[in-house]
Amino acid sequence: MEALIALVIGVLVSCGVYLLLRARTFPVILGLTLLSYGVNLFIFVMGRLRTGAPAVVSKSDNLSSTLSYADPLPQALVLTAIVIGFAMTAFLLVLALRARAELGNDHVDGTAGLGEKPVKPVRPLEEDEV
Amino acid sequence: MSHLLIAPLLLPLFSAILLIFLSGRSLLLIRSLSLISAALLVAVSVALLHIANDGQIHLYALGNWMPPFGILLVLDRLSALMLLVSSILALFSLIYAVRGSDGPGDKLHAMVQFLLLGVNGAFLTGDLFNLFVFFEVLLIASYALLLHGRGAERARAGLHYVVINLAGSALFLIAVSALYGLTGNLNMAALAAAIAQLDPADAPIAATAGVLLLVVFGLKAALAPLYFWLPRAYASASAPVAALFAIMTKVGVYTIVRTYTLIFGESAGAVANLALPWLWPLALITLALGLLGALAARELRVQIAYLVVVSVGTLLAGVALNTQAALAASFYYLIHSTWICGALFLLADLIRRQRGDLSDRITKGPRLAQSALLGALFFIAAVSVIGLPPLSGFIGKLLILSAAVDQPNAVWLWVLLLAGSLATLMALSRSGSTFFWRTSEPLAGVSPADKGELIAVVGLLAGVFTVTFGASAVLEYTLALAQQLLAPEAYIQSMQAFTAVEGSQ
Repeated sequence: MEALIALVIGVLVSCGVYLLLRARTFPVILGLTLLSYGVNLFIFVMGRLRTGAPAVVSKSDNLSSTLSYADPLPQALVLTAIVIGFAMTAFLLVLALRARAELGNDHVDGTAGLGEKPVKPVRPLEEDEV
Repeated sequence: MSHLLIAPLLLPLFSAILLIFLSGRSLLLIRSLSLISAALLVAVSVALLHIANDGQIHLYALGNWMPPFGILLVLDRLSALMLLVSSILALFSLIYAVRGSDGPGDKLHAMVQFLLLGVNGAFLTGDLFNLFVFFEVLLIASYALLLHGRGAERARAGLHYVVINLAGSALFLIAVSALYGLTGNLNMAALAAAIAQLDPADAPIAATAGVLLLVVFGLKAALAPLYFWLPRAYASASAPVAALFAIMTKVGVYTIVRTYTLIFGESAGAVANLALPWLWPLALITLALGLLGALAARELRVQIAYLVVVSVGTLLAGVALNTQAALAASFYYLIHSTWICGALFLLADLIRRQRGDLSDRITKGPRLAQSALLGALFFIAAVSVIGLPPLSGFIGKLLILSAAVDQPNAVWLWVLLLAGSLATLMALSRSGSTFFWRTSEPLAGVSPADKGELIAVVGLLAGVFTVTFGASAVLEYTLALAQQLLAPEAYIQSMQAFTAVEGSQ
């Protein structure tokens, strides 16, 4: 189980890093998303992998015998991280669209690649978009 | 437990929410609310500085949860000083902004307040995960601020800034959760106690997490080789935003100091002083590369952005010496460099606007409409940032140099810092003489600088003068601050001795 999870996190992170290093904004966003999936999984398993452990412990449970309960804190942390990561991805998507509109291409440096015709900026931004 | 401790978070939070709801209403109302909130924040910071100056560690447990559980705010001398430095910088940046450079729209003020919420939270939190959350708050506000206004250059620089910070956040989460998996704690004091008694077999994991944290904080602080995002982003931001961002690198410096004196400090057992062997060479490289950038810059704002990098290098070199005198000198220098870089960014904008299409490019151009006034201000700011006597830059650099005297490899710092002062002098003489002396006929129809904007610049310079003339009082405070930092036992004990407030409160 541990090896499998470690492998999954490793694959997610390496795919994420590979995409993050691409030259176009869309693969970069996908890369960051994959990276944050890997990280979220990593946070989650830091509470240790346990099967059949109770999530909620009541007072009547004998704590000394049922010490293996699911650690709730990493679950709370991972929720926070998911929410923040989601908001950031949404923001980055809008930003990439704006860069595409203003710079006329979707290269991360904002410059058209070799042998590629630079397109004219799609349209000037409206006041309420700024 | 004084409730004043949470005021630096609640004040910007509530004004930010209010400002969002007021958006679209009277601009006068929004601007005055924003200014009042910033002024109140300065007052609160002064009060907190007074509280922290008794040498105790003050705790504020939200919801009355006992540490190490729950959310905890910690006020000591260091966080109080950082609060005051950032709130004064924010006040003057806002004074500059309300004179017309906060457009288009009225969203800038709410974003500045959110940024202050994140910055103050990062200074006050006593918990590693909350540090991450406050980092995200300040980052998302800074993304919006950086992109505020239009322009292709902003979109280009903003994209780099956002992507690199998101990657940094991912590393931060990995480091934090690895430390949690190892010790079962996220509270900094409890973490420090747990790391000190770590099983030597687990030390490599703790060291990995610790160095990952250094990467993340180094990214925020613009430590080489992670500073490449900074010059372009700062140079393309609007003037009040660039001035405000002078505090952002200092947030990184603060977290480096906090983490590597408290959690991975002297008493951390197998991972004691984890960052020091990395910090020293990297700080010197940052210093050298920042100087090269400042010399090579072709625009004034890029040059000032590289001076921010130089100041980070100087600061962290002082921090890496890890003695009381060196830390005290570094924090003296931090106050100076934050305000002076803010003032320079504002001044660069005033100069830029009187040069028409040439903007801030360092080439022969039209004579400025207010050549004498802006030239005098630029001269004062340059003298201070270079580190020439009599202003605070000189005192700060002198203190760092004299703190390094008895250190084994101090010669590198001496050479770099002194040669660096010369290089900064050359860089700023080049831009200053080009702007004010190598001039042709003045442009017609250039309006003189607004009085309020000049007040903002002069106010920040006055802050630098205060630090210069009150140097002995400031140094006394930073010496006590350094002593508190180098004895983290008090911090850990105060956490363990904490008792929850009774229900009748």
